[in-house]
Amino acid sequence: MVKQKKKSKILSNSPADRAFDIVNIIIMVALLFIFVWPLWFVVISSFSNPFDVWKGNVMLWPSGFTLKGYREMFRYEPIWIGYRNNIFYTAVGTLINMAMTVLCAYPLSRKDWLPRKFWLKYCLITMYISGGLIPTYLVIRNLHMTNTIWAMMIPGALSFYNALIVRSYFSNSIPNDLQEAAELDGANPVQYLVKVVLPLSKPVLAVVCLYYAVGHWNDYYTALIYISDRNLVPLQTALREVLMSSASIANLLHNTDSNTAMLMQQRMELAQSLKYTSIIAGIIPMMIVYPFVQKYFVKGVMVGAIKG
Amino acid sequence: MKKEKEPWKSRERFSVRLKKDLKHNWLLWVMFLPVVIYYAVFNYAPMYGILLAFKDYKVKRGILGSPWVGFDYFKRFFSGYYFWDLIKNTLGISIYSLVIGFPLAIIFAILLHYLTMNKLKKIVQMVSYAPYFISTVVICGMLTIFMDPGNGVFNKIIGLFGHEPIPFLYVPEYFKTIYVWSGVWQGMGWSAIIYISSLAGVDYEMHEAAIIDGASKLQRIRFIDLPSIRPVIVMLLIMQLGSLMSVGFEKVYLLQNDLNRMSSDIISTYTYRVGLINSEFGYSTAVGLFNTVINLIILVLANTIARKATGESLW
Repeated sequence: MVKQKKKSKILSNSPADRAFDIVNIIIMVALLFIFVWPLWFVVISSFSNPFDVWKGNVMLWPSGFTLKGYREMFRYEPIWIGYRNNIFYTAVGTLINMAMTVLCAYPLSRKDWLPRKFWLKYCLITMYISGGLIPTYLVIRNLHMTNTIWAMMIPGALSFYNALIVRSYFSNSIPNDLQEAAELDGANPVQYLVKVVLPLSKPVLAVVCLYYAVGHWNDYYTALIYISDRNLVPLQTALREVLMSSASIANLLHNTDSNTAMLMQQRMELAQSLKYTSIIAGIIPMMIVYPFVQKYFVKGVMVGAIKG
Repeated sequence: MKKEKEPWKSRERFSVRLKKDLKHNWLLWVMFLPVVIYYAVFNYAPMYGILLAFKDYKVKRGILGSPWVGFDYFKRFFSGYYFWDLIKNTLGISIYSLVIGFPLAIIFAILLHYLTMNKLKKIVQMVSYAPYFISTVVICGMLTIFMDPGNGVFNKIIGLFGHEPIPFLYVPEYFKTIYVWSGVWQGMGWSAIIYISSLAGVDYEMHEAAIIDGASKLQRIRFIDLPSIRPVIVMLLIMQLGSLMSVGFEKVYLLQNDLNRMSSDIISTYTYRVGLINSEFGYSTAVGLFNTVINLIILVLANTIARKATGESLW
């Protein structure tokens, strides 16, 4: 992040400052532990013997080793339906988002477009005023979008905040001369956009694309409002059912009617393992992609901070 | 040449200029058309639906055909016994979040900035904003599991110290604390990014001069770093103040249960419950409208105060 310019920087070295540094290191190590431990705990609990987890013997280190929880997860169909749907919603939804964002940002970045200011206000208003839950719901219901895949992707097709980020990149980071040159060569705005602007804007487009993708992957709200068909619900809805319901899930797993205490205990343990493995299922795509893309997110915060 | 490129700069009448622009830039108009339609359908059409707040909605008669009820829904909302609870909870949660989360992000950024071990710095930074990308469902699931009164790990930990198990999520008094501190865990690293990069932009020559004058690190933080990043702090503060009445729906909804509702029910969850669960469309719309109006007023107020006090503002 910080570019070390010269090694010849003057550094302070008074005792007070050294004490500060040591305290600082201690705080940071403690914070590191606080950030990592909850996730670490979920990981080790998903592998550990459920009974040990249940008893509270698992805190910092796994105890025993079993893949029962994972086996249970692979058998639990709603998670797989959720996964399939999530991949679709994220891929197609993000594609729609990107198209809409460029279509919104590009004309608004063109200083030679007469109604630019008017349409900018037209969009800005929507950031502050909305019809609210019910009026929006009624519109979408009247369009017969509820309980269709479109409800997951169309109502949120454009985030004007992201469009503003892209717009400010278009108008600040791409030299105006290019447009004049392109026009002299007879390029129309679409050709100019596709052949010059977009290739030059890859960094900002990557950032915005990631924002949208994460938004889709983690989206729970949209499905809560618009989707009730169990074949269409996204992963988050399936996860919620596993994670938040305590006893009912145990019954979902095995419908044996035996009610001995032994079996009950086993069921509870399985239900508990399923919870930990489902959390892993929920965050594993993120964990895999995160190290590669995290620098883009950081860049995005900076691009977004530039006032449009 | 210049004149041709910016045709509206001429003193012709607006209609003439519009015609010229439509001819010259018709492709831009076509490109922008989907955006116009999108907002018209999904934002402006619902705004028309706000009329519902003043109507007794009958599906068969449509919004316009339904009979007027005037301000009945608002009267009902304001006089309901839950009204002050909703306001108290909504404001309580967001003010608590702001008071805790906002300074912590700045302190975290400064400490990270002054960290002398570069490797640790990189690791902490990268790890600190990972939780931000975990979905609300998973976060709330983790909280529910960890705080389970029977075998949740938090209760195992306090059990080690001889404490009786606490059903954290079922005690109304704990709700806001759980909400806010889990929010800090999830969002602190992310919120700090912007301060970290502003701090990196502070001119090091000022620091060098201060070091030569014998200033300690704490003094440098106080007199160089904080004043330098003040505009960023003010800007973010206005934005947060502006959204004081809009607490995120998902997390509260997911952590809510019948036992903690008296301290967890906020305007958005209430709107959802009366609107979509109880199907009282008109009443729910009225409550939502009330929230939108308050939000707007707060945003304008925060912005005005900030502009007067510091010269910084959002618009």
